[in-house]
Amino acid sequence: MRKKSFGRFFKSIGLPLAVFLFSSCQGGSLFDPKGPIGSQEKSLILITFALMLIVAIPVFAMVIWFSVRYRESNKKATYKPEWEGSLKIETVIWLVPVAIIAVLSYLTWVKTIDLDPYKPIASTERPLHVEVVSLDWNWLFIYPDENIASINKLVIPEGRPVTFDLTSATVMTSFFIPQLGSQIYAMAGMTTHLNLEADATGTFLGENMEYSGSGYASMHFDTVSLPQDQFASWVQTAKASPSRMTLTQFNQLNTPTLNYPVTTYSSVDPGLFNHIVHSFDSEMPMPQAMPADMTTSTKK
Amino acid sequence: MFGRLTWDSIQTHDPFLFMATIGMPIVVIALVIVLAYFKKWGYLWREWFTTVDHKKIGFMYIILGMMMMLRGFVDAIMMRAQQSIAEGANHGYLTADHFSQIFSAHGTIMIIFAAMPIFIGLMNIAVPLQIGARDVAFPALNSVSFWLTVSASLLVMVSLSIGDFSTAGWTGIAPYFEKQYSPGSGVDYWTWALQLSGVGTTLTGINFFVTIIKMRAPGLKLMRMPLFTWTALTTNALIVLSFPALTVALLLLTLDRYLGMNFFTNLLGGNVMLYNNIFWMWGHPEVYIVILPAFGIFSEVVATFSRKQIFGYHSLVYATAVIMILSFTVWLHHFFTMGNSVDVNIAFGIATMLIAIPTGVKVFDWLFTMYRGRINFSTPMYWLVAFLVMFVVGGMTGVLMAIPPIDYLVHNTVFLVAHFHNMLIPGALFGYFAGLIYWFPKIFGFKLDERWGKISFWGWAIGFPTAFFPLYVLGFMGMPRRMYHYDNPTWQPLLIVAAIGTAIIAGAFVAMAIQAYVSVKNRKKNADLTGDPWNGRTLEWSIPSPPPVYNFAVIPTVEGRDSFWTEKEKGTAYKRPEKYSDIHVPKNVPYGVWIGIAAFFFGFAMIWYMWWLAILGLIGAITTVIIAANNDENEYVISAEEVKKIEDAHYERLAAAGGKQHE
Repeated sequence: MRKKSFGRFFKSIGLPLAVFLFSSCQGGSLFDPKGPIGSQEKSLILITFALMLIVAIPVFAMVIWFSVRYRESNKKATYKPEWEGSLKIETVIWLVPVAIIAVLSYLTWVKTIDLDPYKPIASTERPLHVEVVSLDWNWLFIYPDENIASINKLVIPEGRPVTFDLTSATVMTSFFIPQLGSQIYAMAGMTTHLNLEADATGTFLGENMEYSGSGYASMHFDTVSLPQDQFASWVQTAKASPSRMTLTQFNQLNTPTLNYPVTTYSSVDPGLFNHIVHSFDSEMPMPQAMPADMTTSTKK
Repeated sequence: MFGRLTWDSIQTHDPFLFMATIGMPIVVIALVIVLAYFKKWGYLWREWFTTVDHKKIGFMYIILGMMMMLRGFVDAIMMRAQQSIAEGANHGYLTADHFSQIFSAHGTIMIIFAAMPIFIGLMNIAVPLQIGARDVAFPALNSVSFWLTVSASLLVMVSLSIGDFSTAGWTGIAPYFEKQYSPGSGVDYWTWALQLSGVGTTLTGINFFVTIIKMRAPGLKLMRMPLFTWTALTTNALIVLSFPALTVALLLLTLDRYLGMNFFTNLLGGNVMLYNNIFWMWGHPEVYIVILPAFGIFSEVVATFSRKQIFGYHSLVYATAVIMILSFTVWLHHFFTMGNSVDVNIAFGIATMLIAIPTGVKVFDWLFTMYRGRINFSTPMYWLVAFLVMFVVGGMTGVLMAIPPIDYLVHNTVFLVAHFHNMLIPGALFGYFAGLIYWFPKIFGFKLDERWGKISFWGWAIGFPTAFFPLYVLGFMGMPRRMYHYDNPTWQPLLIVAAIGTAIIAGAFVAMAIQAYVSVKNRKKNADLTGDPWNGRTLEWSIPSPPPVYNFAVIPTVEGRDSFWTEKEKGTAYKRPEKYSDIHVPKNVPYGVWIGIAAFFFGFAMIWYMWWLAILGLIGAITTVIIAANNDENEYVISAEEVKKIEDAHYERLAAAGGKQHE
């Protein structure tokens, strides 16, 4: 009975674990990266996981073995009630974790430098510069070199690094395109940076990972990676857009709104991004007509 | 007069909250009437509310923790139900705002008002008994700590019906929790509830630290202390050292919200990053405050039920101490993605991974305690085995997240949610459950029902991985935490599995309730007459169950580790002392209740801007402290004859049970 229940127990643990390992490797988005940063981070996960199994597998084996072997009813097993230590065993159980953590620390050191979000990606291509402004609850993407802007849709060229400058016009958010890799916070009055690259075309999910109010759940956007010529023509189309991203336009936009329709803007007021960053330096923030029904409880 | 509190603040619109608004007062009034009808109020007041007996206070802490855990679990069910349906066109049955209040309340309650009270309760029950003390160092202060925790819990419960709870998560999100973005009462409920319970917990920390340092029985050197007492000592050191950071973080937020200052705002040089740093300087040690006592319980359980000395006692003590120190050096890993410099992230990443070393050592020490033992698989041992397996999984995911570039991917995904539940449920909660079953007979004189205990165990052992392992996968699929709704059909099947897991855990709770009922019904059959139901090793098992109010008729002299076990082996246990002497015992005092009530009104008044009431509450609390400080008649004497009578009865029971002991 006792033995049987333990079998059941390990089935109950083992099965979900197997499902977990299997489906993670099958291609959730982090395991289906579309860029160099994401790929390196994915292999880092796999390496780390494998290293840790050196400790984990013996533990699982010992739990099963000791539980079965030294159960009370098995009178054949050795019983040493006074045995309380062994220098040999203790040395091993300290040194094995130390060794693994030493290797992992080295990996951490090297890879954190390698995968620093602020580090430009080595490439023969000149990086595309995108300024990201997080709003309640939309994303504004400014392309300063192209002098265009886009809301809730990020278009990037395939095979060319993208360097992001991020800030927030309201609360803290976290900008994340899972299939491209690293996320980074966007904070008001400050600029953070992120370097990513897509090495395939396609549409990838972009998300806000930091709770930012009642519109948080809908604050996701499409990241579209296009071949470079198609990207160029998208820029041209954007340039023909009738809408322009002026300060007035921005201030209108900077009010709590859900799912603002995807829009492109044919020009951007020079220095708009800097203006947004510095707008928090003074006593009064930018006019933020926060309608009461959005900010206070919607429970009523 | 009523500040910003108006009729509109009372929740009547949302059906769930309406039920709470109507239901809670009805239950409270019914309880008051029923207790009055059976004339139990006097009994409750004399025997429980005003008690300074650490065993009774411990039990009340556990009841409080269990009740709040039930509330937190209802929150969990609501979130899982919402997420299992709210895909695409279906927006579920909760609004975004209500969902946010639920996840904020769930976290706050489970950490502060469930986990903390349960382990503080266990500490209250076991620590003085393990060190051979008659009570804690400051018995009346202990009662104050408890009632402050009660009043803070009440504030959280009241927020269901009057006003809102915070939507800014249990950790608070700067600058979202500032008045500009969260003008309602919610954040204030969160702040004051945390602040009040924080005062209570800090007092507990001081109390128990002093108790363990100063009140050990003669001969009980530090390196002879039972491991639960060791983890309690380190936990209390952590409490005393880390809670001030929380107090400061909340105080600065309060200044922002009440006096228009700009510590954590976007404006005038206010810095949101500052909040994250100060908060997690408390927040990370807090994780170990909750988990270390469970490690201690597991150390007791594994030695007792393996019928063997603990393996690597010194290793375990040093590992505990190392974890305590390292826990202060890792806070930044909660926000690797804030744009810190590479060096900073590397330093904190490696510091975080270092914790895996002492933790891994502990796991092996527990395993080698089982090795060459004679393992009795009573329920506490089941919890230990499940803990070992699942905790290793949680540890692995923790090391993954300690590596900054991996954290850049999984931070704030549900992978993180799965990870910390993986640490806190198998790591802390399973330990508390093992501890409850282990020490229950000590307090009540009968064992809990094993059959239903094991059924409940299987509910958790199956329900936990079903509920949380899917979240690991969802995290790898990029699902953010805290989503009341999502537009991604591939996430839904796994979220449904997670909801099923939660349902299984609900079954485990039901089994636990049945276990309590059956145990009380069969209490004669499961009675513990010897005081040593598990063939224990440490001092608490050398005295009767339940222990007399003075615990030890004669303070024992300790000769080594596991002294009670050694005595039993040598045949010198249960030796009658030559004579008894008078024992001074602390008197019950009402100050704890008074301060609790005053603190509740102070907190409630601060939340609703009723300044006059806040001042009254504060004056009430301070006055009580002054009165308490001037009360010199705080002890009474139990005469030597009386002690002898009580002890004689115990020895008669022992003799009667004699042959039946540990069959």
